Amino acid sequence: MRYMLLIHFDDTQPTSPEEWKRLSGEYAAWLGAMKKAGVGLGSERLQPSATATSVRVRDGKTEVVDGPYAETKEQFAGYYLIECEGLDEAVQWAARCPGARAGTIEIRPLWSNKNAERGWEE
Amino acid sequence: MAGKSEQPEAAAQRAAERVARESYGRLLAFLAARTRDVAGAEDALAEAFASALKLWPAEGVPANPPAWLLTVARRRQIDAARRRQTRTGGEDHLKLIADEMEEAAATPNEIPDRRLALMFACAHPAIERSARSPLILQTVLGFTAADIASAFLIPPAAMSQRLVRAKARIKEAGIPFRVPDADEIAERLDTVLEAIYATYSKGWGEIGEGSAQSLAEEAIWLAQLVAALLPAEPEAKAMLALMLYAEARRPARRGAGGAYIPLEEQDTGAWDAAHIARAEDLLRQATGIGASGRYQIEAAIQSAHVARRLAGADTWPAILALYDHLFALTASPVVALNRAVALAEIDGPAAGLAALEPLGEDKRLLDYQPYWAARGHLAARAGRREDARSSLTLALGLAADPAVRAYLRTELEKLETRRP
Repeated sequence: MRYMLLIHFDDTQPTSPEEWKRLSGEYAAWLGAMKKAGVGLGSERLQPSATATSVRVRDGKTEVVDGPYAETKEQFAGYYLIECEGLDEAVQWAARCPGARAGTIEIRPLWSNKNAERGWEE
Repeated sequence: MAGKSEQPEAAAQRAAERVARESYGRLLAFLAARTRDVAGAEDALAEAFASALKLWPAEGVPANPPAWLLTVARRRQIDAARRRQTRTGGEDHLKLIADEMEEAAATPNEIPDRRLALMFACAHPAIERSARSPLILQTVLGFTAADIASAFLIPPAAMSQRLVRAKARIKEAGIPFRVPDADEIAERLDTVLEAIYATYSKGWGEIGEGSAQSLAEEAIWLAQLVAALLPAEPEAKAMLALMLYAEARRPARRGAGGAYIPLEEQDTGAWDAAHIARAEDLLRQATGIGASGRYQIEAAIQSAHVARRLAGADTWPAILALYDHLFALTASPVVALNRAVALAEIDGPAAGLAALEPLGEDKRLLDYQPYWAARGHLAARAGRREDARSSLTLALGLAADPAVRAYLRTELEKLETRRP
């Protein structure tokens, strides 16, 4: 089963250089562990939500807006694509993510899992 | 609190909570034993508790609250069976409930204890393994699906589904509510003990406080129940002993600021002496009964660690021999890992590492944090800095617990400052 781990966190809170160094070390360790276990498929980190631009077309009219799609406290910050046995294992990997301590990890199964006909659970 | 008018409600609430704590499993086991309809019995019992909270504040708490709840719950079961009567089986259901009532009437002051039979049904080999511990927690202790889900790190909806499926299976597959006969009990007891031990591990594995710790307490409570109900089974006693050895160390495994402290560095003065004494006594009783199983060996290993740390005895050779024995029994890679760590204490870190390295190929250990932590420590002691760094980094990436992460980070920093 493939899952996307979506990292959400409050990117308006400043991170101290020491904190940042610690976090990058922990992210590197987590990514290394996922690689070793053959779980990680790919990942990207996004620039802060302040850099976001939102576009939509309504009634043939294109609107371009500064800022992210949703005005929430915790913003989408990056993703990790993983492949593992099932949701139980995905939850374990998400709990190990350093981002789970400061923010929230949303786990979403990929649409292509449906082809595998293994269902949502297990 | 808003004055005296709330007092009867508070008293009723407390009484209901006390009965729930002490008698929930007993009531449920009795209500479900004949019909094997666990979900139906849960509904009936939930309605009985709701009635209690409504009626007790006005009428006072009855003299025998469990009997009161049982009577009301049985009435609900009968109503439900009548409503279903048009469907097949309604009559049978009523007959079974009538049998139950007769039995309870014969022993008015004590509800027959069917909890052990209930546990054997919950941990039946025909029930999905991952559902067994949750099912026991729910039926014997009355945990909600949401509580169990958060304790087991499972999404609540998935946990509810799992529990519903397991209950349907008990009913449909005809899983009996009975304690197996002497000739099959050893094998069947394994799944019951495994389910309880899995609950304890959940409460121990994550160092965190709160729900994890209370889960450990519930598991010990269940283990005590099983050991008391099956006094002739050495493994039931040995498992309880094993849990108590671990529990005795709980106060010592966290330092200031919640830092993780490994066994070797723990202040033995903070160990719970009463737990250890009970564990030693249980282990002696188990050994006296006979045949050494998995839990007996594991408890003996813990006893050897206690003798080593408390009395300064060199018990490492005994520990190594016990791990050999345990590995022959289980062939578990986790046992092989612990054996390698014991070997390092006798023949040095290089020997331990040589035993550990082949295990790194085992897929089951690839995401097993303790393996990489142990390998990192031994490599550091053997002066293999690169291996130590990469192993400890993997362990850090696999640790979800902040205390363990902090500990591993410190170990990594020590590695950088250590002379090559």
